[in-house]
Amino acid sequence: MSERVVVRKTYKLFIGGAFPRSESGRSYVVSSSKGKFLANASKASRKDAREAVAAARKAFPGWSSATAYNRGQILYRVAEMLEGRRSQFVTELVDADGVGVRRAGELVDAAVDRLVWYAGWSDKIGAIRGSANPVAGPYFNLSSTEPTGVVAVVAPEAGPLLGLVSVIAPVIVTGNTCVVVASERAPLPSITLAEVLATSDLPGGVVNILTGSAAEIAPWLAGHMDVNAIDLTGAEPELAVSCEQDAAENLKRVLRPASGKADWITDPGTGRMTAFLETKTVWHPIGI
Amino acid sequence: MTTAPLAEVTASNSTLRGFLHGLPGVDRVGADARAAMLGTRSIKTTSKRQAIDLALRMVDLTTLEGADTPGKVKAMCAKAVHPDPTDPSVPSVAAVCVYPDLVATAVQALGGSGVKVASVATAFPSGRSSLEVKVADTAFAVADGASEIDMVIDRGAFLAGDYLKVFEQIAAVKAACGSAHLKVILETGELSTYDNVRRASWLAMIAGADFIKTSTGKVSPAATLPVTLVMLEAVRDFLRTAGRKVGVKPAGGIRTTKDAIKYLVLVNETAGPDWLDPDWFRLGASSLVNDLLMQRQKMATGRYAGPDYFTLD
Repeated sequence: MSERVVVRKTYKLFIGGAFPRSESGRSYVVSSSKGKFLANASKASRKDAREAVAAARKAFPGWSSATAYNRGQILYRVAEMLEGRRSQFVTELVDADGVGVRRAGELVDAAVDRLVWYAGWSDKIGAIRGSANPVAGPYFNLSSTEPTGVVAVVAPEAGPLLGLVSVIAPVIVTGNTCVVVASERAPLPSITLAEVLATSDLPGGVVNILTGSAAEIAPWLAGHMDVNAIDLTGAEPELAVSCEQDAAENLKRVLRPASGKADWITDPGTGRMTAFLETKTVWHPIGI
Repeated sequence: MTTAPLAEVTASNSTLRGFLHGLPGVDRVGADARAAMLGTRSIKTTSKRQAIDLALRMVDLTTLEGADTPGKVKAMCAKAVHPDPTDPSVPSVAAVCVYPDLVATAVQALGGSGVKVASVATAFPSGRSSLEVKVADTAFAVADGASEIDMVIDRGAFLAGDYLKVFEQIAAVKAACGSAHLKVILETGELSTYDNVRRASWLAMIAGADFIKTSTGKVSPAATLPVTLVMLEAVRDFLRTAGRKVGVKPAGGIRTTKDAIKYLVLVNETAGPDWLDPDWFRLGASSLVNDLLMQRQKMATGRYAGPDYFTLD
């Protein structure tokens, strides 16, 4: 019997709930931390980014008007599905980062916990960010939170799963939709996460994942007039500065990359959620 | 074929039927394949810029809803004259297309801007009424100042083989149009076969149509590339046979710049560059304009544009 031929995989993008190839037809080789061939990944172009933004915009009205309870339940569901693929993620993290199996397992568990943690915030963020404001007049004055819109996310290079989940979950839990540029070095966990998202109840287009070069794609997202905010967490310093300048054109909200080495294990706080929220204030007459 | 036989074919329903059924059949697979092949052609930079402006000049900006109000028509007319108020280099569209009762509003709103007013008529969109009503509908729109009339053919009569009835109705409406241009809507989505599209095209042209138009926009499928291909072949052959040039207007379902450019390529490769002019080719559309404007802005600024910066339609 001849030896079995190993399947050489070429993974695709995740746009609008589907898995299309890059419009450009390009792909690149993904290697393990030890230089072993793992798979091919699509190398997204600016036109893929444009399609992804269109998909995210299309998904926004439905996702932002879903109840907080519903969004929370869907994030719990994503956590469940992610847990179900634990062994696959562990293998991918071992390959990508050269960490031990035990450590990789801890990172996957942390990613599941992170999703559950953010899922719980869906119906509580309004309580800490909204307020009843005292005003000198016969009005109830109430401020409540609204999602910003379509958020472009440059995912961190380090932390291909935990880092990725930690930037996506806070954006979508409040009702935003997003276009994510995954880690260029280690995109395989992002592709598996896309498969997880596609098989949970997340509506297509709420999360769109592009693999490829952040330096190539991020400037197009930063300049895109139909993107409302950009999270530059994974952008190199020079790229982050130029993206922030491009983002000024339509006054996007910008989340700058943190200085120093990113620590994804510790309690993330609510900062990432509140960075992509707007405040709506209503004046309601009383006593008339 | 020469001009003389064309005059004779309308002598009776049987001669007309004989002529229309004598037209060569359309190779459906071939037409689909050719339209698909032309649709893959890539148009870049300067050509694309020209194509976008040409497509804009060809648009019949259309609103045909039961909920149309004079206010909506006025807003649409303003958009027709200056599609992008922030950029004076953007050309006006060819025409606006409204229901007959809103023609007067549109004429007043457009003034001397050069944008024409087209009106649908003849019991649009079904065409199910008496000839008297259809003619009166047309005369009403023309009297209010419409310079183009979009009529629908009686698809029931056409499919039943009563070609002479369809012919006579088109001729009667043409007479009621006076100096107004007549566009004949074939409603290809209801004609089932490409052979029928070719026959209906010839029938409309023999009866005096100035334009043949694919669809009302109320039936799916509306305009498709292969159907437009068949119609473009018909106008090309009609010019050779009868010596009269007829225009083509695909309408319905054309929403993106990419779609519009596919149609322009199809026109150039089928009927020829002579038809690449708003006098001979129109695009019936409404949401297409914003996509053209966004593409235009992308080429000017180098960044992708968003719909927030253009008027709603």
